Amino acid sequence: MYSRESLKEKAAKAVDKRAGIGPDINLDEFEATPVDHEYLSDDQLKSIPEIEKERLVMSGVDVLERERGGTYFQKDTAVVHCKSKQDGVEIIPIQTALEQYEWIHDYYWKLASVDTDKYTASAEMNLHNGYVIRALPGARTIYPIQACLYLDKQGIQQNVHNIIIAEEGSELHVITGCATSPHLTKGVHIGVSEFYIKKNAKLSFTMIHNWAEDMVVRPRSVAQVEEGGLFLNNYISMKPVRTLQMYPTTHLVGDNAVARLYSIVVGSPGSEYDVGGRVYLKKPGTRAEVVARTISNGGRIISRGHLIGEVPDIKAHLECKGLILKGGLIYAVPELEGHADGVEMSHEAAVGKIAQEEIFYLMSRGLSEEEATSTIVRGFLSVDIPGLPPQLKAEIDKAVELSEKDVM
Amino acid sequence: MLMIEDLQVELAGKIILRHIDLEIKPGETHVLFGPNGSGKTSLLMTIMGYPQYRIVGGKIIFKGVDITNSPINERAKLGIGMSYQRPPTIHGLKTRQMVQLCSGNKEELSVEDLARRVNFVDFLERDVNAGFSGGEIKRSELLQLMAQNADLMLFDEPESGVDLENIALVGNTIARLLQKDGDGIGAKTRLQYRRERTKMGLIITHTGHILDYVIVDKGQLLYDGVLSCSTNPREIFKCITEVGYEECVRCTLENR
Ligand SMILES: Nc1ncnc2c1ncn2[C@@H]1O[C@H](COP(=O)(O)OP(=O)(O)OP(=O)(O)O)[C@@H](O)[C@H]1O
Ligand SMILES: [Mg+2]
Repeated sequence: MYSRESLKEKAAKAVDKRAGIGPDINLDEFEATPVDHEYLSDDQLKSIPEIEKERLVMSGVDVLERERGGTYFQKDTAVVHCKSKQDGVEIIPIQTALEQYEWIHDYYWKLASVDTDKYTASAEMNLHNGYVIRALPGARTIYPIQACLYLDKQGIQQNVHNIIIAEEGSELHVITGCATSPHLTKGVHIGVSEFYIKKNAKLSFTMIHNWAEDMVVRPRSVAQVEEGGLFLNNYISMKPVRTLQMYPTTHLVGDNAVARLYSIVVGSPGSEYDVGGRVYLKKPGTRAEVVARTISNGGRIISRGHLIGEVPDIKAHLECKGLILKGGLIYAVPELEGHADGVEMSHEAAVGKIAQEEIFYLMSRGLSEEEATSTIVRGFLSVDIPGLPPQLKAEIDKAVELSEKDVM
Repeated sequence: MLMIEDLQVELAGKIILRHIDLEIKPGETHVLFGPNGSGKTSLLMTIMGYPQYRIVGGKIIFKGVDITNSPINERAKLGIGMSYQRPPTIHGLKTRQMVQLCSGNKEELSVEDLARRVNFVDFLERDVNAGFSGGEIKRSELLQLMAQNADLMLFDEPESGVDLENIALVGNTIARLLQKDGDGIGAKTRLQYRRERTKMGLIITHTGHILDYVIVDKGQLLYDGVLSCSTNPREIFKCITEVGYEECVRCTLENR
């Protein structure tokens, strides 16, 4: 068996290492001891309490598994459900994979570095679980796989490590929701994710966050896209959170690889977001698009974007648009880095408020001021995502709609 | 009926409309002439209820309700609609959704059917006014008005920038909206149809082309913040063409 000792050693040295950006968190305030939850059979999954179901639905997770190709459900530190309903797609808890499969070590901590900061270090020192989702070569999934990381115990630290592999020529859709119990107010979620999109494969990854007022969230994700591959990454977070910081990075390492990152973030009072997307374009013909829509109604949002064009004949665009509805801060930081002749990179950043003129225009069609405002906000948040299956588009629309009342 | 009495309007600290009297009876359509910057758009925006046009004197009565201080949406609900000269773009809102909103989200509304009538089906999936050409904006505005089914319709230069082929389409659509076409006649006599006509219109035009499609009841000329009225819109148009706005105001006043 492969030994994780060297990883642990590296991690041990980084346990106090602050992250490059985002407020520093004292992890000692949280409780990382594993919490047991019973495994749920299909029937038990269907009959979890209504209130929990609702929280899951908001994050795009359907316990009836309608139009879903499989489910991974982790509550606190325990896997409570895990199965694939689709040929050619494997879903395995990462602890199981680490125990049973040699191949996982070709992927585990191969894109993300364990000593990036105290959060990655902690995820290795005290790994709870996480999912490995793998689409076999040529497998084309019809329905998305759903994954849910749920926090139930007050004050918990949840350490998760996820790996998604889309093998050559496969097509995989994943929707993952993070949510908290209605009674939970405080906790920390650390999620390491590594995405491998191989030659001519396509992965769409849609993540919907529904956190609580006093939650600390530190996702750490890195993706790698090979020749002709496509990585579609959608992110939505509209609920309050104490602090959320992430800067997912994508490496386009094969010719004509494409990455499209879309995010919608709403910052409520007391919330602090530092979010962004970074894409390295390393081969000719690669394309990247990073689109962010942020709304502040009293929270603080730093919206970053960073495109690095390393070779000629690449094309990349960055779009950060922010709307300040009820005070707060939106700080857009778009960065472009061209390292060669013939790169084509651009960005568009705008921060502002809703134009009165647009509100009046809609009012003159019979809408009240509130209706007009919410119509404009909904329009602002609706981005066309080419290549996204309609069901996932519907899930995104639903997530936006369900959170809308919190925004206005 | 729309009744405007001795209206005085201020915009950005300046009086732009000094003294406006206007009466549009049910079934009547008026055209509004006036030089650039004379305040035609301002008058329409004031009737629609845009608060930056501050009413400092006089009142506006519509269907017997004093709407001088009513917000825009209440006027819309009461039956006032407008086709804009330069409407704003609303990103992320599809034209199809906009048309639906205009109809008050009527279930039975077929957006396609309406759109077909103004040759606008191909634009339904585009964001409202995003990158629309001048002529396309006009058709989009008419489409929205068709869905809205207002009783008083304010048209701000509906034929400017419209090409030769679409001008008939735009003209006939406006005529139909204002019940000034022949379609509704059927078994009724022309007189009956005219009597039953209820829609009111106020159309700003520079070119007068609209007069070729819509039977207009009165012509109004806005000059120096004051409206002067002539019963014959063609006459007033001819007069402007021949002797200019200022001279024309003088002669219409004398002819009263
Ligand atoms: N926001 C503003 N601030 C100051 N003045 C304004 C503003 N908006 C319009 N005006 C002025 O008000 C006057 C009336 O403008 P309005 O648009 O009503 O004219 P109009 O008769 O519709 O002209 P046109 O035939 O060119 O469309 C003009 O002199 C215009 O410059
Ligand atoms: Mg005008």
